[in-house]
Amino acid sequence: MRQVESPKTTEEKAKVASAKPAPFGEDIDLGIYVSSAKEQPYQTDPSKLPAKAKERMLEAGVILDDPGQRAGTFIQMDNAPVHSSVRQEGVEVMAVSQALEKYDWLSDYWWQAVAVDTDKYTASVELNQHNGYFIRALPGYKTIYPVQACLYLAKARLAQNVHNIIIAEENSELHIITGCTTASNEEAGLHLGVSEFYIKKGAKVTFTMIHNWNPEVAVRPRTAAIIEENGLFLSNYVLMKPVRSIQMYPTARCVGENAVVRFNSILVAGPGSSLDVGSRVILNAKGAKTEIISRAITTGGSIVARGYVEGNAPDVKGHLECRGLILHKEGIIHAIPELKGTLAGIDLSHEAAVGKIAEEEVEYLMARGLTRTEATATIVRGFLRVDIEGLPPLLGAELQRAIEASEKDLM
Amino acid sequence: MGEVALSIEQLTVEVEGREILHDINLGMKLGETHVLFGPNGSGKTTLLMAIMGFPKYRITKGKIIFKGQDITMLLLDERARLGIGMSFQRPPVVRGVKMRDIVAACLRGEGQEERIRQLAEKTNLADFLDREINYGFSGGEIKRSELMQLLAQKPTLTLIDEPESGVDLVNIVLIGELLNSLLEKDCPIPERKCMGLIITHTGHILDYVNARTGYVMLDGRIVCEGDPHEILKTIKAKGYVECVKCVK
Repeated sequence: MRQVESPKTTEEKAKVASAKPAPFGEDIDLGIYVSSAKEQPYQTDPSKLPAKAKERMLEAGVILDDPGQRAGTFIQMDNAPVHSSVRQEGVEVMAVSQALEKYDWLSDYWWQAVAVDTDKYTASVELNQHNGYFIRALPGYKTIYPVQACLYLAKARLAQNVHNIIIAEENSELHIITGCTTASNEEAGLHLGVSEFYIKKGAKVTFTMIHNWNPEVAVRPRTAAIIEENGLFLSNYVLMKPVRSIQMYPTARCVGENAVVRFNSILVAGPGSSLDVGSRVILNAKGAKTEIISRAITTGGSIVARGYVEGNAPDVKGHLECRGLILHKEGIIHAIPELKGTLAGIDLSHEAAVGKIAEEEVEYLMARGLTRTEATATIVRGFLRVDIEGLPPLLGAELQRAIEASEKDLM
Repeated sequence: MGEVALSIEQLTVEVEGREILHDINLGMKLGETHVLFGPNGSGKTTLLMAIMGFPKYRITKGKIIFKGQDITMLLLDERARLGIGMSFQRPPVVRGVKMRDIVAACLRGEGQEERIRQLAEKTNLADFLDREINYGFSGGEIKRSELMQLLAQKPTLTLIDEPESGVDLVNIVLIGELLNSLLEKDCPIPERKCMGLIITHTGHILDYVNARTGYVMLDGRIVCEGDPHEILKTIKAKGYVECVKCVK
């Protein structure tokens, strides 16, 4: 691990980067958002949260009424953590502020995967730090059920600054569902979320993130993962509801031999939504492997679907698959798959395809008796079906349900 | 004898503005299987596609009466629901759509799970139910998959384009059995509720499926009608040249 920078240096770096635009996506004017909101009361029993909030959270995969199938729960409303709890031994779930007080060593992880001066959004998270979650699996502990985390935007025009740290200690197994959503279907808001994942030797992390924003919310997640020897990082991202603007390009670095990374993204852009979403994997250790799969559908919005795999070590293998479906004449999909290899004997490949639904496929299904609408729905459903290797069946089923729940909006 | 359930009258069909079929007349009773012979490009596939109702195959004249109803103006899916089914020679891959999903759609809510499993076993495709439809399938697997879908769909009229092409000897026996099952060949003729129209190049399928009427198509016209075995014998011996001469 790199030498830890003093907090002062970090803050200074953030200040220098505070006006630095990101290379991709619309440049968001941070000045139009308010940075703090009133404190929210802490809830020991999350089922007592307002019914409307719970309903919105449920749509994003966060179950509060019957959390029996969850290893732990963290909820942050605006900038205040309102609940954190653990139901399984070997797992820690708490507000990151609390974790920083509890563990001196946590500063060794602070801004080590994501650079604080990446852009003005990471800088803002450092300079306006409010909170975030800390989730850790202790060495050798394997969770069966996922830990759930919800980042909830309640106040209008709020900038939510979140810094999350996830650590899977050696030979542990950790499953996380993060649901991000808003109270309102129309109020503007900004979500800035830094997430740093540290996956130690032989550890496995699956991270499923469901975004249910609204047409006025801008979102700038900044995620990076460091995966050690024989570690696995499996990230699933689902965005099927309207959003004004989202730009993210999570980066996973395989630093240990035979580390494996899989990114799956399901993106839907309706009219007015602008998505610039990619996944980047750097294979820096022998035998490291990655697979990046994205499915993008536009029903009138614009999508830039990026992918980047870089191979810098012997026997690494990477594949990138990016498919886009244009269901509306106003829609745009721009697929940008990139591969970079710096030595011989590596195996990197990609496939990308963008188009409308093939008439031949529609007719094939119509010849079996399906109406045109049924045939189209079947093809779209198939397009969005990603069988995710390594995801526990329970989570796979939940993910599929979340996708199916949003499918009807597409037709 | 059964009733006439398919009657094609003076059918003329255009594809992309070009007339391909001219004045086709054909009648078929329940329980019967008819066979279409003809050289490449003679219009056999066009006839099947036009009966099925693919929009690209535009009927400009004549009509198709199916089970007493004029279906000339009906859409593809309406004809399918009325009881016309087709085995595709080169079906498309539909990514993410599993064979199980399509068979379930063909069953239209009947029985489902158990029935799907039975059909998969019957067609020797039990391991294929969770595969994406037609993705990486061999020639024989495509044929069996098409027949499994048709067995689920149970059409009154089955249209089959070259069931033997690209199929090895082991598969052809199974395909013959499946076709016989689909066409209810195990029932006495008066009890059959199905009929089939089969395109064949080689005639191999006649060794496995009994057909009573054969046609020869040349340049978009039916030029000959008769016992399919006799027709095949002539074609094998003398080629379609003889048919051309015969027409003249």
